[in-house]
Amino acid sequence: MARHSIVCEGLSKQYRIGADRGEMMLREALVRAITRPFRKPSEDELIWALRDVSLEVGEDEVVGVVGRNGAGKTTLLKLLSRITYPTSGSVQVEGRVASLVEVGTGFHNELSGRENVFLNGSIMGLKRREIAAHFDALVEFSGVGRFIDTPIKRYSTGMRLRLGFAVAAHLFPDVLLVDEVLAVGDAEFQQKCLDTLHDVGQSGRTVLFVSHNLEAVESLCPRTIWIDRGRLRMDGPSREVIASYMEETTTGHAASVDLTEDAHRTGGREARFTRIEFLDAEGRPKDVVQSGDALTLRLHYHAERQVRQPYFGLILSTEFGALVAHPNSWTAGLEVGSLGPGDGSIDLVIDRLPLMPGAFPITLWMNRHSDSQPIDHLDHCAVLTVKPPERDLIGRILERRTGAVYLDSHWEIPA
Amino acid sequence: MHLREIVRSRELLYFLVWRDVKIRNKQTLLGVAWAVLQPLATMLVFTVFFGNLAKISTDDEAVPYAVFSYIALLPWTFFAAALTNAGNSLVTNTDLLTKVYFPRAILPASTVLAGLVDLAIASVLLLPLLAFYGITPDATILVLPLAVGLLVLLALGLGMFLAALNVAYRDVKYALPFAVQLLLFVTPVIYPTTIIPEKFRYLMALNPLGGIIETCRAAVLPGRAIDWGQFGVAAAVTAVVFAAGALYFHSTERRFADIV
Repeated sequence: MARHSIVCEGLSKQYRIGADRGEMMLREALVRAITRPFRKPSEDELIWALRDVSLEVGEDEVVGVVGRNGAGKTTLLKLLSRITYPTSGSVQVEGRVASLVEVGTGFHNELSGRENVFLNGSIMGLKRREIAAHFDALVEFSGVGRFIDTPIKRYSTGMRLRLGFAVAAHLFPDVLLVDEVLAVGDAEFQQKCLDTLHDVGQSGRTVLFVSHNLEAVESLCPRTIWIDRGRLRMDGPSREVIASYMEETTTGHAASVDLTEDAHRTGGREARFTRIEFLDAEGRPKDVVQSGDALTLRLHYHAERQVRQPYFGLILSTEFGALVAHPNSWTAGLEVGSLGPGDGSIDLVIDRLPLMPGAFPITLWMNRHSDSQPIDHLDHCAVLTVKPPERDLIGRILERRTGAVYLDSHWEIPA
Repeated sequence: MHLREIVRSRELLYFLVWRDVKIRNKQTLLGVAWAVLQPLATMLVFTVFFGNLAKISTDDEAVPYAVFSYIALLPWTFFAAALTNAGNSLVTNTDLLTKVYFPRAILPASTVLAGLVDLAIASVLLLPLLAFYGITPDATILVLPLAVGLLVLLALGLGMFLAALNVAYRDVKYALPFAVQLLLFVTPVIYPTTIIPEKFRYLMALNPLGGIIETCRAAVLPGRAIDWGQFGVAAAVTAVVFAAGALYFHSTERRFADIV
């Protein structure tokens, strides 16, 4: 491996939370100094955003950073880019660092696209002549075109994002730190970001890529680190780290989920879902669901009064929001008849679950026959967690990264 | 080490100054004229009330109150705006502080330098004003850049201190306009230093802005001797203020992103 461009040793960052954080009036500080001059902030007011992280990243490495929200990923990037400083430990970064915590930082609404490109570029550390040299390519990349001299307050959100990212893509830093830029923008924009990051990684520069999009992390980064509650939990080849991370984050599957308390519901309320159950072929509760299993989803409801011929539907998506399937009783040709008043249930029977291991959020709906308006609609009210199948033919482990669909297929050599 | 980094980021400084100047002139009817209008209008009001009605002396029969006050209002207007803007420069740029790294001192510095642009524009009006009253500056005008340099240093030092303090204590934001208002009355803008009794002059000397403004007057107006003693004290106090401001800023800047 070439020399290291990032070296951290025992890196820790402590934040004070609660009353001491944020704007403190001078009066409070004075009162505190007078009344409790020797009092140190108690332990519970302090949290370690990052604790004892040691890390070395080579000059040409592209490293993914995964972890739950609030685990300390952003803090790590902020420490590496010197936006904030460690409480203890050391951090050394060689070369020009560009940190992409947000695209378009420092954009000013009253200024034109052109002016903002120069301003934003200089904020990110570019020289004026560097910006000028890349200006045409940059505008081309952004797709803003003839609006480049329009004040950006007239821009759409998408245009602003594209322009901001165009500047970032032309930074050519030695070390690029990227934090969740993919969380914003449409699919096309996200793809463009990914392609650009891929190119940057290929050009022998150091990239640290923080994302919740595990597929993107795995495809971009050969190596991934997992930060868990401020500590470096795992550091190694991306497939292994991501597999362990997914293993932990997708546990805790319940065979039955109570829906009566769900606050995120919309609809007319003449009937509502009360419970969703995961059952096996014999109707027994199913704690562990594996790819290829027989699975019955039993939807319990309660009708306040008689509801004539409603339709039921269930939306299954990936954790990244892509629609996987949308089975519903209307397209299936099922006449439900009249419900209630009272309790009842309906089953969605899946003979062989065609899903790869992973987490699949479930959305439920029940619509009126007369006007197709929702009676009850529950967004992401439960999660279907799919585990790798045990009886995998020759013991080879299926992984989520190999797709969303567990294809009912086999290989054979034609005679 | 720190200074070298600021020098390396001079283009960012330039762009931030340019942004400040540019933004102020966007979507305003009068644009650049605002830089002149403020000291000019203040001068007219002062001349009517303090010059003509209250008959405040200008120390010199040949110097009309309008010229006397306008020369003082130029550095005063600059200083008041620079102090206010610099003091708020960090808290109004929170997104930059928490998302990008750059030498933090660039933010207060850019607001002070942007104010310098206004000062230059407003100073142009001084020429017809002097011509109107038939006043021709003599060689002492060469001292003017020295006084302006000191003025910038003072605004920068105090501005950095207030900006850093503002990050932790937002009291600064509310106290600033009020403090600036008071400062006007303890600074020889409306009146000359000479109306203060001798035995209290040393107190006045502690306000370096007074020494700077009096030096500006003496530099521009002929036949008015520069009080080098007063100027020297002002320079010394400014140096102390600047050093203290820069030091405080430097010692707290690592925490800005965490507490802003």
